[in-house]
Amino acid sequence: MTDPALLVALPLVASALPALLALVRERLGWPLAVATLLAQTALALAVAGRVLREGRVVTDLGGVPAPYGIRLVVDGLAAPFVVLVAVAGLAVLAYTRVGGPRSGPFYSLYLLLVAGATGVCVTADVFNLYVFLEISGLAAYGLVASGGRGSAALAALRYLLVGTVGASLYLFGVGFLYVATGTLSMARLASVVASGSADPTLVLAGVALVSVGLAVKMALYPVHGWKPVAYGAAPAGVAAVLAALISTVAAYALARLLLGVLSVRFLRLYPVVETLLVAGGGASVLAGSLLALRARAVTDLLAYSSVVQFGVVVLGVAAATPASVAGAVVQLVGHAVMKAGLFLAAGVLAASYGVETIEEYGGLAERAPVTSAAVAVLAVGLIGLPPTVGFAGKLYVAVGAAAAGAWLSVALVVVSTLLSLVYFGRLLQRMYVDPPSGAAGDDSGAASLGMRGSVVAAAAAAVGLGLTAAALERVLAPTLEVLL
Amino acid sequence: MSDPLQFGLGAGYGFGGRLPYLVAFVLVGIGLAVLVDDDDLVKKVLGLGIFQTGVFLFFVASAVRVGGRAPLLSAPGPYVNPLPQVLILTAIVVGVSVTGVALALVVRLHEECGTLDVEAIREDVRD
Repeated sequence: MTDPALLVALPLVASALPALLALVRERLGWPLAVATLLAQTALALAVAGRVLREGRVVTDLGGVPAPYGIRLVVDGLAAPFVVLVAVAGLAVLAYTRVGGPRSGPFYSLYLLLVAGATGVCVTADVFNLYVFLEISGLAAYGLVASGGRGSAALAALRYLLVGTVGASLYLFGVGFLYVATGTLSMARLASVVASGSADPTLVLAGVALVSVGLAVKMALYPVHGWKPVAYGAAPAGVAAVLAALISTVAAYALARLLLGVLSVRFLRLYPVVETLLVAGGGASVLAGSLLALRARAVTDLLAYSSVVQFGVVVLGVAAATPASVAGAVVQLVGHAVMKAGLFLAAGVLAASYGVETIEEYGGLAERAPVTSAAVAVLAVGLIGLPPTVGFAGKLYVAVGAAAAGAWLSVALVVVSTLLSLVYFGRLLQRMYVDPPSGAAGDDSGAASLGMRGSVVAAAAAAVGLGLTAAALERVLAPTLEVLL
Repeated sequence: MSDPLQFGLGAGYGFGGRLPYLVAFVLVGIGLAVLVDDDDLVKKVLGLGIFQTGVFLFFVASAVRVGGRAPLLSAPGPYVNPLPQVLILTAIVVGVSVTGVALALVVRLHEECGTLDVEAIREDVRD
C-alpha cells in the first residue's frame, strides 16, 4: 500500500467527486476533501517511513522500466515535501469549513492542487514534472478566481498568463536538455551529463530556461509580480494553501534538477550557474525586503516576505553543501507552515474585525489576544529567531554557505534577517504597542473555532519544527550525501 | 553527435538546417511581445498561444530526420523520433486547457466590466 503512484492517484481520482456530488448535495465537498486528505496524510507518512528504512521507494508506472517508462521516486529529499503537501492541505481544510469557499467545485480544484503538487515531488521524469506543474498551476488559477470579486478574476488571469509563461519556459528548457542528452529520465540525464558527452552549451541553455521558468513559479525578483496580486485577491484559505504548496514544490523541483540531475560537479565546472543563482537569490532578498518595508496591506507584506524567503532558499541551493541544502529544505518546510499560518491569521482578523492593512491592525492584540499571539510567534519565526524553524533554516543555510566560502550569501542571509526584523517588527508594534486604530469593528463572530485553531496549530508547528529541525537534517543527510 | 541541433531537419531547410529552430525562437519572441505589450485580454491569451506554439515547434523540429518515416518496425528506416511528438501531443492538451481557463476568466471579466481592455478593467475592479 506504500506505492508512490497512489500518492498522486488518490487525490487525482478523488478530485472528480466533489464537483459531481455537488449536483446532488451542496455541502458534501468538505467532508470528502477531509476524508481524502486524511488518507493521503496516512499514505504520505507510510511512504516516508519506508523511505527512512529503505533509503528510497521506486515505482515504474505501468510496469514499463526506466528509461522508457516514467518512474516515480520518493527519496529522503522528496519525502519531507510529500508529507508537507498532505499535512498542509489537510490543516487548511480546518479553516475553509467555515471560512470558505464551500462549493463542490472548489474542493475539486483543491484536491487537484494537492495531486499536482505531490506529483511534482515524486516524479523522476522532467517532462512528467512539467505536466504536474501545470496540473497544480491550473488548479491554483481556478482557486484564486474562486474569490468571486472582479479583482479575483483579474488576479487569476494575470497569475495564469505569468504562470503559464513560466511553465512553458521550463518546457523549453526541457527541450534543450532533451536535444543535448536524448533522454527525459532524471537518472539517465544525470549520467549523460556526468559522462561529459552532452554539449555543455545546450545543457547550460536548458538549465537557464528551466531555472527561469521555475523562478517564475517561485516568484523570485523580478518575476514576483503575480504573487501579491494573486494572494491579495484570493480568499484567505486559498492564499494559505497556495503559499504553502505552489512555490514550495517549484523550489523543490529547482533543487532536484540542479543537484540531482546536473550534479554538484557540473555546477563547480561552470561557476556561472552559481553566480546567476546567487544574483537571483540576492536580488530577491534585497528587493523583496524593500517591497515588504513599503507594503500597506498585510497580504502584500506576507507575499513580499515570501520573495525574501525563497531568495534565501535559492542561496542555500546555490552553495550546494550538505548543510546549506538541508537548510534550504528546512527553510522551505518552515516557510510553508508559517506563511500559511499567517495568511489564515490575516483571514481570521479580516473576518472578525474587518481589518486588512497594517495601519488598521493598531491595538489588535488587546481585542484578539490568542490570534495576535500566534501572529507574533509566526512573525518571529519568519524573521528567523530561535527556537522557531525559521531560525534553524537560516542557520543551516548560513553555516553551509560559509563552509563553501560563499560569504556574499552569508551576508545576504544576515541582511534578510535584519530587514525582516524591521518590517515584521512594524506589524507587531502596530498590534502590541500602538493604540487602537479605530478601523477595527467589534468581533463579528465570523471566525470559527476551526479557523482560529488552524492559526494556533501553525504557530505550534513553527516552534515544534524548530525544536526537531536537527532530526530533519539527520533524515536528509544520507540522501544529500548521495546527491552532493 | 558533434552538432546536436543538426540532428533535426538537416540540410535543405536553410541556415544549415536551423531554420525551424529560428522560426521557433521568432514565434516565442512574437508571443511574449504580444503578451506583454497588448492591453487587450483576448490578444494576451493569443500571445500566450503563439509563445507556446514556438516551444512546441522546437520539440517537433528536433524529432525530424531528412528522409525519415513514421517509426513502424514493418517499414525500413530511418525513422523520425516519435518521443518529442508524443510529448507535444500532451503539451498541446495542457495548452488547450490553459487557454480554456484563461478564456473563461476573460468572459467573466467582460461580463462584469463590459470591456476587454486591461487598464479599464483594472480601474473598474479597484472601485
